[in-house]
Amino acid sequence: MSRETLIEVRGLCNRFGRNSVHENLDLDLYRGEILGVVGGSGTGKSVLLRSIVGLIRPSAGEVRLFGQNLLALSAGERSQLEQRMGVLFQGGALFSSLTVRENVALPLIEHAGLSRKDAEELAEVKLALSGLASHAGDLYPASLSGGMVKRASLARALAMDPDVVFLDEPTAGLDPIGAADFDQLLLTLRDALGLTVFMVTHDLDSLWTACDRIAVLSQKRVLVADTPERVSHHEDEWIQAYFNGPRGRAAYAAAGEN
Amino acid sequence: MTLQVEAAPPMLQKSGDQLRLSGHWTLAMHGRIKSVLAANPVPEGEVRLKEISALDTAGATLLAHWLGVDRLEQVLAAETELQPERRALLETLIRALKREAPPQAENVSPLVQALALLGEQTEQLARHFWQLSGFMGLVLQTLMGILFRPSRWRMTAWVNQVHQTGLDAVPIVALLTFLVGAVVAFLGATVLGEFGAEIYTVNLVAYSFLREFGVILASILLAGRTASAFTAQIGSMKANEELDALRTLGLNPIELLVIPRVLALLITLPLLTFVAVMSGFAGGAMVSLVALDIPLGQFLGIIADVPLKHYLVGLVKAPVFAFVVAVIGCMEGFKVSGSAASVGRHTTSSVVQSIFMVILLDAIAALFFMEMGW
Repeated sequence: MSRETLIEVRGLCNRFGRNSVHENLDLDLYRGEILGVVGGSGTGKSVLLRSIVGLIRPSAGEVRLFGQNLLALSAGERSQLEQRMGVLFQGGALFSSLTVRENVALPLIEHAGLSRKDAEELAEVKLALSGLASHAGDLYPASLSGGMVKRASLARALAMDPDVVFLDEPTAGLDPIGAADFDQLLLTLRDALGLTVFMVTHDLDSLWTACDRIAVLSQKRVLVADTPERVSHHEDEWIQAYFNGPRGRAAYAAAGEN
Repeated sequence: MTLQVEAAPPMLQKSGDQLRLSGHWTLAMHGRIKSVLAANPVPEGEVRLKEISALDTAGATLLAHWLGVDRLEQVLAAETELQPERRALLETLIRALKREAPPQAENVSPLVQALALLGEQTEQLARHFWQLSGFMGLVLQTLMGILFRPSRWRMTAWVNQVHQTGLDAVPIVALLTFLVGAVVAFLGATVLGEFGAEIYTVNLVAYSFLREFGVILASILLAGRTASAFTAQIGSMKANEELDALRTLGLNPIELLVIPRVLALLITLPLLTFVAVMSGFAGGAMVSLVALDIPLGQFLGIIADVPLKHYLVGLVKAPVFAFVVAVIGCMEGFKVSGSAASVGRHTTSSVVQSIFMVILLDAIAALFFMEMGW
């Protein structure tokens, strides 16, 4: 795998009032990999994701997406760049006044200039790729189950065939079978679509099954970013408790069996 | 993108029995791919895919629709030199497309649709009135249950609601009725002036505000201002499962949320009606003084001669309207389901309904009072 860097985070600082979340944080995301980002509650995982996709202006430091600083671009260029990434928000963030199919078709109509019919046809394919049943397209988000919301939201994130997708706790709130399916779906789509994935997660099984690298956020920076095997042998106390606690060991054993 | 090279257009090249695809088959080329495919019949012979320079799901989907899923599968099996990631994409897509097709909506004539819609809405309206009476019964039942148990009275919530729905509404109610009072006086001056009876303008203002305008303007403002707030407050709690949480904690949402609101409006609407009447008089008095040269003393003298029953006829309607407005506002909140869009829909519905009910009841009351000679 070539090590082309898609996202470079350099010296990122995020402060909210007197509370600082990130200090001098560096992180790279390489093309074609699935990067898992872990950290205790309040270590700023979601804040990091939001800084990278440009929803938060960092207090200091720089985020370069595809070699460009999103916040320094004009509105038009920024929109162009934003079309190359997809985001799955924690709660799904599906537009509640649109059906699932319309949710996925929206960016296709707005950005790709497709007719409504073409866009909905393509949306149907994305829904199928995300593993949703065929009647789901006509439903409104309020009537979806948790797992379906995640899948529909993934379909919308994939609508524009992005290079990178950002996932914020995609398996949180799913049952273990649904979560395992989601991991497999992610691997399949990565191979089929050549996706690069930035995934904030707490799911130890996901980390072992799906991730190529894991970045650990701690002490306001990325403590370590490496393969799951090597990260789990890092001597830091928190990492040891995380990976070698009872749940961590169970997840590792399960991953070893597969 | 600035960094991207100019994309090659999608192409179909025939050479003998073979059809070779090349160029960019991507979302950006969607329109051109469609026109290229539409101009060519589905080929019988061999199809080669390996010269395609870029392929994404949009291009692959169009290709699959053009060739048909089964044909694409054959092509894929025959194509041995295809890049593995392209193969993975097409295989994933074929798997996804092989599910059952979504059912097509039936074509129904517009007339039948319109009739069906009419029937549906009539049924909805009937069901709605049924629900409204049911909810009113529920509120009254709960109220009776706690009426003689002062320990269950929620004084803090009640005072808070009185503050929000009553005190905070005084400025807008006063301003609005002042203006309407002035307008009614102008109207009276114009019409009655033709008969040389300008002095009766004062009576016009007095009777209209005491009997009708005071209570109805206050009610309509409350319907717009408070019924909508009730629906949004309770509705967002419903959407957030807070009402379910209350129930599982053994608490009654009607008692906790609805009763304080209903009781608050029962107090505030009569008070606001009084404010509205006084403020309407003030508007009328100003116009009388400035435009008709009727001194304030004379104005007040005429008002003082109006029998008390006219004031009571107006005021007696206030608690009824208050109850209706509060109950509709709360009930629409309970009917919210899940989403934020639903909160918006029910808020609109609660305002429309409560204004409708207020005017309807007022018309019935006017008829009744007239027949009774009050």
